[in-house]
Amino acid sequence: MAALMAGFGLYTHAIVRGIPASLAKEALRTSEAEVDVDKARGEHDAYVEVLKTRLGLDVVELPADESFPDCVFVEDAAVVCGDTALITRPGAESRRGETEAMKRALKALNLNVVEMTDENATLDGGDVLFTGREFFVGLSSRTNQRGAEILADAFKDYAVSTVPVLASLHLKSFCSMGGPGLIVIGSSEPAQKALKIMQQMSDHCYDKLTVPDDIAANCIYMNLPNKGHVLLHCTAEEFPESFKVFEKLKDYTLIPVSNMEKVKVDGALTCCSILINKKGSI
Amino acid sequence: MTTEVGSETEVKEKAEESADQPDQSEKATEETREVASAEGEEKGKEKEKEGKGISKFLPTWLKKQKSLSQTSPTKDTALKEEAISVEKQEEEGPAPEVNGLADEVPEKEAVKSEQLKEKEEKPHSKASTDTEPAKEEKVDESVEKSPEETKETTEGQGVEEEKKEQEGEVQGEGEGGGGGGEEGQTSIFQSPLRLVRKTKMKLVVCHVTLLDGTDFSCEVEKRAKGQFLFFKVCEHLNLLEKDYFGLTYKDNHEQTSWLDPMKEIKRQIRSNNWQFAFNVKFYPPDPSLLTEDITRYLLCLQLREDVASGRLPCSFVTHALLGSYTLQAEFGDYEPDQPRPVDFMSQLNFAPSQNKEMEEKILELHKSHRGMTPAQADAQFLENAKKLSMYGVDLHHAKDSEGVDIMLGVCANGLLVYKDRLRINRFAWPKILKISYKRNNFYIKIRPGETEQFESTVGFKLQNHRSAKRLWKVCVENHSFFRLNTPEPPTKPRFLTLGSKFRYSGRTQAQTRTASSLIDRPAPSFERTSSKRISRSLDGAPMISITEAGRDSAENGREHRLDDSKVKMVDVSPGDVEATSAQSPLRVHVDNIYDHDKTQDEVLKHQASISQLKRSFMEAPPPSPPQTNQWEKRLTSSPATAVRVQQQQVVSEPHAEAAAAAAPAAADCTISDTKESAKTAEVEIEETVVIQEVSKATKPGLVTVTTGSPASAPTDQETREQEVTVQEEVAVPKDAKAAKQESVSSESESEEEAEYHPNVSVSLSHTQIPEEKEEEEEEEEEEEVEDKENEDETAEPNMLAPDVSSHQAETSHPAEDISGGVVESQKEDMKKNAENEKEGRETEDSTDDLMMTPEETPNGVALSEEAVTGLAAHVGEEPEPRMNGEPRPQVICCSEPPVVKTEMVTISDTFAAQKTEIATKEVPIVHTETKTITYEAAQLDGTGDGEPGVLMTAQTITSESLCTTTTTHITKTLKGGLSETRIEKRIVITGDCDIDHDKALAQAIKEAKEQHPDMSVTRVVVHKETELAEEEED
Repeated sequence: MAALMAGFGLYTHAIVRGIPASLAKEALRTSEAEVDVDKARGEHDAYVEVLKTRLGLDVVELPADESFPDCVFVEDAAVVCGDTALITRPGAESRRGETEAMKRALKALNLNVVEMTDENATLDGGDVLFTGREFFVGLSSRTNQRGAEILADAFKDYAVSTVPVLASLHLKSFCSMGGPGLIVIGSSEPAQKALKIMQQMSDHCYDKLTVPDDIAANCIYMNLPNKGHVLLHCTAEEFPESFKVFEKLKDYTLIPVSNMEKVKVDGALTCCSILINKKGSI
Repeated sequence: MTTEVGSETEVKEKAEESADQPDQSEKATEETREVASAEGEEKGKEKEKEGKGISKFLPTWLKKQKSLSQTSPTKDTALKEEAISVEKQEEEGPAPEVNGLADEVPEKEAVKSEQLKEKEEKPHSKASTDTEPAKEEKVDESVEKSPEETKETTEGQGVEEEKKEQEGEVQGEGEGGGGGGEEGQTSIFQSPLRLVRKTKMKLVVCHVTLLDGTDFSCEVEKRAKGQFLFFKVCEHLNLLEKDYFGLTYKDNHEQTSWLDPMKEIKRQIRSNNWQFAFNVKFYPPDPSLLTEDITRYLLCLQLREDVASGRLPCSFVTHALLGSYTLQAEFGDYEPDQPRPVDFMSQLNFAPSQNKEMEEKILELHKSHRGMTPAQADAQFLENAKKLSMYGVDLHHAKDSEGVDIMLGVCANGLLVYKDRLRINRFAWPKILKISYKRNNFYIKIRPGETEQFESTVGFKLQNHRSAKRLWKVCVENHSFFRLNTPEPPTKPRFLTLGSKFRYSGRTQAQTRTASSLIDRPAPSFERTSSKRISRSLDGAPMISITEAGRDSAENGREHRLDDSKVKMVDVSPGDVEATSAQSPLRVHVDNIYDHDKTQDEVLKHQASISQLKRSFMEAPPPSPPQTNQWEKRLTSSPATAVRVQQQQVVSEPHAEAAAAAAPAAADCTISDTKESAKTAEVEIEETVVIQEVSKATKPGLVTVTTGSPASAPTDQETREQEVTVQEEVAVPKDAKAAKQESVSSESESEEEAEYHPNVSVSLSHTQIPEEKEEEEEEEEEEEVEDKENEDETAEPNMLAPDVSSHQAETSHPAEDISGGVVESQKEDMKKNAENEKEGRETEDSTDDLMMTPEETPNGVALSEEAVTGLAAHVGEEPEPRMNGEPRPQVICCSEPPVVKTEMVTISDTFAAQKTEIATKEVPIVHTETKTITYEAAQLDGTGDGEPGVLMTAQTITSESLCTTTTTHITKTLKGGLSETRIEKRIVITGDCDIDHDKALAQAIKEAKEQHPDMSVTRVVVHKETELAEEEED
């Protein structure tokens, strides 16, 4: 039966996008690291494979566009919740064009597409944390208040609270949902501070799972029929300590996914896909 | 100008009265003579006369009578007493003026018929003077109702005229009888009251718009409380779980307010539009916990309206989903054979932006609900609606510290702050230590976080003080309902509140759940009335047509008038003083009202040491009646009563000792009279010099402010109180003209500020906020997590218990001065100062210990940004919560010899208001300074107030020059054969010059002694109120 906010983590579709060669040199990054595009593509293929084969999602693969070095990080281009998709206006000017392909793809999926046309608004999907009950929007270098307002307008059912993000690129650079009502959070001070704010702003009480590494706190939770709780998270190779924390989760299908290369251009696990639930939608 | 201190009623009506009086007395006398001369024919004649000629001044009296009739029984007594006083005073002036003082008399009831007989020569005419109005009123009433009564009345009077002597006696008896039953002639006074009260209570038709859009009309007594109507509606709806609901009305400003169940409807609506709407007041966080379907149904109706009007925003899909459940509940299963045409759908109002697409979606979803019963559909509707983020959030427009428009949302969990559609902050109830408002500012005091050391206060600016108050009330109610086990009693001494005493009076959610679990009746059948909704939308009438009709025509009510009164203050010319005093100036004193009883404990503590020092100067405190009770009384009973209470305390004490029968003499006969009194006779001269320095900011109206007070009371201190008491009425009665009693009680809300300390009785927290604990999966891993969180969540409520007393604790601690930091801890006690003042003022006679607290409590209103971080606070040195910007003369007694100066700094919003901003750095405004010096001689009346004396005369003389106003109030009291004359002088000086207090004090004493060498000076109070320059602010 249709119900609001039912089935957090239930997805039927995913949208991903290929990695352009330009990623290596031109993708925006906060570090100076060199990116091995082949390695990155390998990782990405494995990632998509997990979604497609292991989890059985319908994966829409958009072709890479060389003119958008960051286009693999599809998460920033749209926010999908229920059957509404908000096409964002990415904070980085070089990325604004990424939304075109995304918009087409979302429309093709028959979603109710809302566009952010306000020129004063910026929003990266990476700053949007949907907890299943409400949104937290990080106000970062990429996302501003106006962007958050438009998001709030697009998803009227939910409370949208803003959280200042100062020390990292995105809100989800140090947190994500690890389950219904479970926030996975990095242990850095800014991360913990942000969590406090989120807790204060929320009418709901969230549990938290603290992992030693901020970036490891970015994981992908799904709740799939016949598979139960599924968590895509960092590998032991990458973040051994954080990995141990994830390993303690019981009743979870834990799927470590390597993200060594993409992380060099600030790409986290969630960044590389947009997850959509078409089945439960009404 | 000579005025009498009357009961509050008098005062209030003064304007009218003074206009009408000459007329009346003339007329009355005239009539009386006629009556006397031609008794036989009199009846017919008079009847005629009353029928016609009288009518011209009927309204005034009629109104007055009515108002009296609404007050408590004591008022009746007062009324009777009025007659007596008139007798005594007749030569001196027209009209019954002594009411205020007369009020004491009933208690003593010592009036002997002998005394009366002395004056028996004239009792008749006097009596009639006063009687006349009553009669008229009655006649008027009777005319409306039954002609026979008219006859009776007239006859009654006729009889009265015939038997003058008997009458005197009878009257004496009546008087002696005090508040008891009235016999014989006295009934003339009383009968109109009776008419009103007992037999012919006026009924009013109330129109209540129900949630299904229908109108429910019922008759209620004009003076019925909100509760009565509410219960009637619930009865009509067959609703048992009624605590979630309430009635709303639109005030004169088109603002929707909740009808207070504990107050008279009439007092609240402020207009003659008896239109209400039945609404959900507290949205149950989990509607599935409601016991009855009918309750859920009503909640559904409310939510449908909320959704359709856009008040409860939701997405397209949600609109469609909710709409589909609505269809299912109201129409049953989707009929495939006869698909509902979409145009039919458009007649139903589902969403503010409803379109074909949505309607199709609704129909589509409706199909999927096949087989669902209406109750199930409602339940599903609620299950979805309750998840909406704005479910149960009551939004209020406000501005933050930077003047940015925000919305404050009050809900079950706390207070939410929105900017546009974004939630930018949230204060859960457990985080809030105190909620208060002052003028148009709304403050919440926040419990310090783990890392913070000090409480912080967050301030918001509301549109006006009404909005601030409305928000405050909603907060108080929501907190009480959702977080408390039982409502907090309004007068709980621990939570001393400034200003409004308003508390939630209904059942809490916990209580109502318990109660509804006991509901044992077959589920009532009810009709889900879709048709009505349809027809309504067909009409094009707004779904939320709560009280569209006629509200706009409302004449200005209280609030509006407040503004008016301020304006008036400015304009008042000396000549108007009498009239205006009853109305305008009072406003100023508002927030002091409740200080008094508020913190007696605290004050006591605080002042203990001080008072010890002073003890030698003080007489033993007379047995002081519990102040709180008095205040309660005051609030709940007629003003007259209140006045009396005070007078007993202060005025009548000395009188008790007074020597025999002072001749009622003219105004200035002071000294000689006094001398008649025996050794015990005590004369109190109270000279009060109120010196005001008016800064540029001060309005000229000041003068009026001060003048106003003297006009009303015997003692300065009392005057104040009286004013305070009267004040709201002043605002109200103009339109209502009704009993003062109600207005007094309603006054509890009239002040411009109030506080509320959300205090949670530990246990509830978790049950109340089920969501907060819902998810505890991954328990293992989260152990640490949960621990922490539980700390947050559980600890808070627990911490509340200690908090209950925190206030007191704070009070007793010297306020901590947090220096340096941006965040300064806030001193809790603005009110404390005020209280102290008040205490000092009020209790000087009774509780000397309390009197003086030259108090220097740092306190202030901390204002801060609403961000968790930026807390603005300010610590005023000695702020005092009075109405700032409007200096009012306040007599504060520092009981002195050793002169103790009380210097106070008032926190004022004036400046903030101008800036529409309360910023962190702007320490709110400390710009009024008050100084009070009191000289008080040991009182001679050792016995205290054993028995109140009988008031013989009272009069007030007011004279004014350019910048001074002198009010002399003389009362003579007769007590046990001794008479006492008490002269109180009040001099208000308004001007720019700097006045030396000590000098002024000395001068005042000197003058008093010179003028009345035979009398003793018992008290001199110098009060100075200065507006400080603006640099006081940061």
